[in-house]
Amino acid sequence: MLHMTKEKIHIENLEVSIGKEHILKNINCTIPEKKITVILGPSGCGKTTLLKSMNRLTDLYSDVKINGKIELNGKNIYNGISDINDLRRKMGLLSQRPAPLPMNIFNNVAYGLKISGRRKKRYLRLRVEHYLKQANLWDEVKDRLYSPANSLSIGQQQRLCLARGLAVDPELILADEPTSSLDPISSQAIENRLMELKNHYTIIVVTHALRQARRIADYIIFLYLGEIIEQCEASEFFNNPKNEITKAYLRGSFN
Amino acid sequence: MIVTLSLVILTPIVMCICLSVKSSLLFESLPVGKIFFTSAWEPSKGNFGFLPFILSSIFITFLAVLIAGPVCLFSALYLTQYARVRLVRIMQPVIDILAGIPSVVYGVWGIIVIVPFVSNVVAPLFHIQTTGYTLIAGGIVLAVMITPFILNILIEILRTIPSELSEATLSLGATKWEVIKHVIVRKAKPGIVSAFGLGVSRAFGETIAVLMVAGNVAKIPGGLFDPVYPLPALIANNYGEMMSIPLYDSALMMAALILFVSILVFNFFSRISIYHLERNL
Ligand SMILES: Nc1ncnc2c1ncn2[C@@H]1O[C@H](COP(=O)(O)OP(=O)(O)OP(=O)(O)O)[C@@H](O)[C@H]1O
Ligand SMILES: [Mg+2]
Repeated sequence: MLHMTKEKIHIENLEVSIGKEHILKNINCTIPEKKITVILGPSGCGKTTLLKSMNRLTDLYSDVKINGKIELNGKNIYNGISDINDLRRKMGLLSQRPAPLPMNIFNNVAYGLKISGRRKKRYLRLRVEHYLKQANLWDEVKDRLYSPANSLSIGQQQRLCLARGLAVDPELILADEPTSSLDPISSQAIENRLMELKNHYTIIVVTHALRQARRIADYIIFLYLGEIIEQCEASEFFNNPKNEITKAYLRGSFN
Repeated sequence: MIVTLSLVILTPIVMCICLSVKSSLLFESLPVGKIFFTSAWEPSKGNFGFLPFILSSIFITFLAVLIAGPVCLFSALYLTQYARVRLVRIMQPVIDILAGIPSVVYGVWGIIVIVPFVSNVVAPLFHIQTTGYTLIAGGIVLAVMITPFILNILIEILRTIPSELSEATLSLGATKWEVIKHVIVRKAKPGIVSAFGLGVSRAFGETIAVLMVAGNVAKIPGGLFDPVYPLPALIANNYGEMMSIPLYDSALMMAALILFVSILVFNFFSRISIYHLERNL
């Protein structure tokens, strides 16, 4: 199955250190297009760092050193791209805790469009409605589009963040434990959305919830202490793990 | 604990009552309009018009915050958003030291640097002759004094803004400057307002340094290059002297009461505006 799909991101010999700490070691992996790739691993193994190095949010860390190559659509993002903002716009980000912008609901979704110069009221209204529907939030907020975004529940806020990310028409969605601060029903809503969205987007989800990985993953990258231990189809990973550490992890011997 | 707490709460109440009682004598002898809205300050003739002092206080405070506010905001933004960690680590103690310099030292510095600067450099630009002991000199010295104070609060506030928020905004394709302008400043707005508000309270009550450079002439200031005579300076300059003049003592108490009540009212309104800002985030 995997060999039939195009590769969206290709990472070669990626090394990331922060200060004296060597966080990611010799990472080589491939993210298939229009699939859900789950990055799995125990806490502190470098999942978030790997995710953020893909849209160069790691640049914001102080004292960070990055070596190696990350290619998006065949172009190295650390060498030879001129517009980092444009790179980041291609990757919608969902963080662990929803971080709505300090604006009303409408403007949260419209913001990305506005800063890229699209300001026509009618156009914005149509787009905002479209993306709120995609994030399955429209019905709940259509009567209060102009109230502050943080008046929404956490689960609604996370869906708003999804809509906001989709509104700038990204190619990828990077989701860092997008459901860990949500209740089961909201989590389910986000998971369902991601499953539907993978027909149009390449999705990367970081999680340490094995059950969630089982439910949504097409492809798994298993990280342990900054190294990739195993990467393969999800079915292969769960049914026929090769590595001893993977087996122990799947047995729940550590979390 | 309850005793100490009630002491903390009671002190301002007791203070307010004392000041009211002491200044009531003035209220009894002069009409309110005459106290607050006339500018004749002739204690020996029994005229106590507070308008020049009130306006002086307002102008000098406003000027100081007008100068210090933007400077502090941009410095705090630079230190928290752009500067390397090392610079922040160096700046923090520097700011604390500036905040700890006694007021009288700022006053002396004002006299030997700012006053001549105003008199010899700034005023001639506008073809004005002055000794330099003016509203603008007082405003500058006061601005410098409240800067470390406001700056510290702003840095504290900007630090509390979660990095996820900037990361999320950057991921929408925003530039760093757009993140700061549209998100960080907006998110921090209640905090910024309260920092400026505390700056105002500070500036409004500041005494010694202002008294040393502001000129202390009891006349309504007509411009930046006129001397001013703020309320705290009035009290500090005159208390204990000329107490033989009838009502003088009561008038100074009145000055203190005006100061006290203004700061109270001001704090009240800034709290309300902070509350509203926070709700609308
Ligand atoms: N900004 C930073 N500065 C210094 N060290 C950092 C920074 N961010 C992460 N680290 C370190 O890098 C390592 C990996 O962190 P990372 O956040 O990528 O792990 P994670 O797998 O996402 O963990 P979790 O599941 O807890 O989110 C940790 O040891 C962490 O202490
Ligand atoms: Mg993480």
